[in-house]
Amino acid sequence: MKIKQDVAVSDSGFVFNPTTGDSFSVNPIGMEIIKLMKEGKSMEEINKSVLENYNVEEKTIEKDLYDFIEMLGHYSLREENGQT
Amino acid sequence: MGKPKYTIGVTALNAIDSPGPGIPIIRALKQAASFDVRTIGLSYESLEPGVYMHDLVDKTYHIPYPSSGIDFLLERLTYINKQEKLDLIIPNFDAELFSFIKLEPELNALGIKLFLPSQEQFEERQKFNLPEFGEKYDILVPKSESIFQVNKLRELMKDFEWPVVVKGKFYDASIVYSENQFVTAFNKISSKWGTPVIVQEFIQGAEFNVTGLGDGKGNTIAVVPMRKQYITDKGKAWGGISIAEQYLLELTDKFISQTKWRGGFELELIKNKAGKFYLVEINPRMPAWIYLAIGVGQNIPEALTNLALGNKVEAFTKYKTGKMFIRYSWDMIVDLEEFEKISTTGEL
Repeated sequence: MKIKQDVAVSDSGFVFNPTTGDSFSVNPIGMEIIKLMKEGKSMEEINKSVLENYNVEEKTIEKDLYDFIEMLGHYSLREENGQT
Repeated sequence: MGKPKYTIGVTALNAIDSPGPGIPIIRALKQAASFDVRTIGLSYESLEPGVYMHDLVDKTYHIPYPSSGIDFLLERLTYINKQEKLDLIIPNFDAELFSFIKLEPELNALGIKLFLPSQEQFEERQKFNLPEFGEKYDILVPKSESIFQVNKLRELMKDFEWPVVVKGKFYDASIVYSENQFVTAFNKISSKWGTPVIVQEFIQGAEFNVTGLGDGKGNTIAVVPMRKQYITDKGKAWGGISIAEQYLLELTDKFISQTKWRGGFELELIKNKAGKFYLVEINPRMPAWIYLAIGVGQNIPEALTNLALGNKVEAFTKYKTGKMFIRYSWDMIVDLEEFEKISTTGEL
């Protein structure tokens, strides 16, 4: 699971894909997830990190994380051969 | 040693709602690092805004419409050259390019350089030749047919599905959804631009443009791809952003190396939902959004000038992505005397 290396994320959560010209806004948790993905963290590591930092149930975060990562794929922000 | 100073004639001063590239090209020339410039506007109409932009356009002369024939154009350019000693002319209207390409030897003899595609290159990329162009160079293009008479529509629609795009030979395009709309669009476009009228498969998707510069020997000197972010009802980009889509860079290299394109150009593409790029148009001149290229580090008009004048030009190797252009309109206050002068004497 990898995010494209050239995808830029600003401190305010503005995400820009320089290949397609698309831009998006993500909330602070989304920003953190993208940052962890850029660092090459696995799904389990990201899961763990979010659980440690936010008051949320494990089942909820698993589902939301899966949806978020699917959405990144839908918007061509993930490496095509990346594993989810 | 100081920088050389060139006198450069530029057309398309119509910085209007569907703007010509003349003003952004002049801005780029004024910012050139390798030379100073005196800019000579070449206008067709007294109300082209560039005529009155004296901080950019040093002097303007009217020139005759292409329909007047190349002899009148040569006569007028000879007169202008006597006053100004032009080093280069950068023509920017599709409809005038044929005349300038034809006149290149005569203009060269007057000491005026051009840097335009050859007549063959110009013809090959005409809208009505796009299917053959796509096939020859293995580039995906939408299905299109040229028609001269509106009554050919029924026969044509056996191979097309509604909606279709109806395009003029030089300018104008409408998306039409029915026979009635088609007839209206055909009549409007053919009365303005003549025939053939081009009927093109409608490709739905995001619009991308590429501008660049070929040296005429197959080398890419400049290339900047852009995605349109805001499109006017005339289909013109009002805002756009520079991007790094590798496919567009490769396509442009292929276009330049295979055609040995000489001069500036714009490729218009649409990316469909399946992610495939269709080349819908090749414009044989720099686009109205050319100033974005300068903004991202590639002064294409400067490089074109240096190529035309035989100076050494290094190919650009990078540009900034994520830079946007946002176009705006601006009202100038102009004294009637200025309008009177350009209207009556053809000079300002």
